[in-house]
Amino acid sequence: MGHAVLRSRWLKAVVFAAALLPFASLLWRAWRLELGANPIETVTRATGIWTLRFLLITLAVTPLRGILGAPDLIRFRRMLGLFAFFYGCLHLMTYVWFDKFFDWRDMLADVGKRPFIAAGAAAFFAMAPLAATSTRRWVGRLGGKRWRRLHRLIYFSAAAGVAHYFWLVKSDIRSPALYGVILAMLLLYRLASAVRPPSRSNLGMDQTS
Amino acid sequence: MLIRIGSGIRSSEITPKGAYLNRRRLLAGAAGMLMAHDRATAGVKFDGLKRSPFSTTEKLTPYKDVTQYNNFYEFGTQKDEPARLAKNFVTSPWQVAVEGEAGKPKVFDYEDLLKLAPLEERIYRMRCVEGWSIVVPWVGYPLSELLKRVEPGSKAKFVSFQSYYNAKQMPQARFAGIPFPYVEGLRMDEAMHPLTILCFGLYGETLPNQNGAPVRLVVPWKYGFKSIKSIARIRLVEKQPRTTWSEANPREYGFYSNVNPKVDHPRWSQAKERRLGEFFKRDTLMFNGYEEQVAGLYAGMDLRKYY
Repeated sequence: MGHAVLRSRWLKAVVFAAALLPFASLLWRAWRLELGANPIETVTRATGIWTLRFLLITLAVTPLRGILGAPDLIRFRRMLGLFAFFYGCLHLMTYVWFDKFFDWRDMLADVGKRPFIAAGAAAFFAMAPLAATSTRRWVGRLGGKRWRRLHRLIYFSAAAGVAHYFWLVKSDIRSPALYGVILAMLLLYRLASAVRPPSRSNLGMDQTS
Repeated sequence: MLIRIGSGIRSSEITPKGAYLNRRRLLAGAAGMLMAHDRATAGVKFDGLKRSPFSTTEKLTPYKDVTQYNNFYEFGTQKDEPARLAKNFVTSPWQVAVEGEAGKPKVFDYEDLLKLAPLEERIYRMRCVEGWSIVVPWVGYPLSELLKRVEPGSKAKFVSFQSYYNAKQMPQARFAGIPFPYVEGLRMDEAMHPLTILCFGLYGETLPNQNGAPVRLVVPWKYGFKSIKSIARIRLVEKQPRTTWSEANPREYGFYSNVNPKVDHPRWSQAKERRLGEFFKRDTLMFNGYEEQVAGLYAGMDLRKYY
């Protein structure tokens, strides 16, 4: 792995720009009126699926560092996690605004009555404190150990996100199943390395930059 | 004379629309012309359609949306898939068997079905169970016209419908998560109701494949999935027939599936809907706005129980 490349400043900019592409694509298609017959559904789906993708990409950083022997990948983890939150915010906004038109009572009823909405809400609100405490200052304030414990909420968030997707589809479960399998693999990797810690040090979460 | 559809190049791409419509009008002036079709029936213009007092005056959903945003699980579960993957669906020759508790059961050729009764344009609202709706100018005639021809017997209490199914032509079907062939059903009085039509076209043309060519059902006061597509078999029966979605998920989909804003789908509310092309959601109407015509069919029934 080209470690110099991984450490370079411009690669971070490239990853940042790439992570904005799905958003840019939505804006472009909206402007060209190319979001299809049901544009709001298109936006809801795109922002939802990208939230889940960024959660899984974020969770893939630690295994990839081990497998590729590229500890520098850690540089991108916070940014990727924040992009999951960014798309999660857009996704929630489409629901609050375009689906419910700020009818809070209706939304509360929705969360109470419908497991898939409840799962989505749980996934989002579990992400919020992680985004809020993503800065170096917060790591210091909480202390590495507590910070790490808090940030394990991402496992819950990703699992709730997959459940949200599963309960939403009518009968064709191929796509949610695929995301479920990927998440399971990412979690199994962690389980395996917890049982038998890797010989290489510094692959855990003690480094937080 | 042959009209081949689905050669890869749509005629709309190479011929100005006005020109090819005129040509089709010339070609398709007589229903008999359809007999000459090779493998497809889609996109042929109808002439002299009767207008119907049952039609709504609401704004039509654009042709593009009606024909590009479809649920037709035999051809894929994503809304844009049927338009792409049903392109080469062979709909000619086509027969529909009408059988069961009937004095004169018969297998009808598509061409005979077309000529069985005067074709009308029926502009109906269609409400999908997923919470969106469209307004479509369908072409067809009351299903009762067909059922009367086969002389329903005293034991004919329900009508069961079966879609055509062919795994070779529908390779996506095995991923759909529901069993095929797709089956649906109506109570006899629902089937004989004047709003229930046997449908051959939309927007003045024969049905595009993705909308259920060559012949489908349209029951406007029920959720869209009751309006079964590409019908191969109709059977008059004594007992309430199986229906695909109520069998796949009985908690979520019932036999009746009347549009009802007060009875939620377990996973989402049915109180509102998004009319395609509109930004704000609108209130869903009881029986999809056909309450005056059909409420009598369900007098005294608990619609929460019989959802």
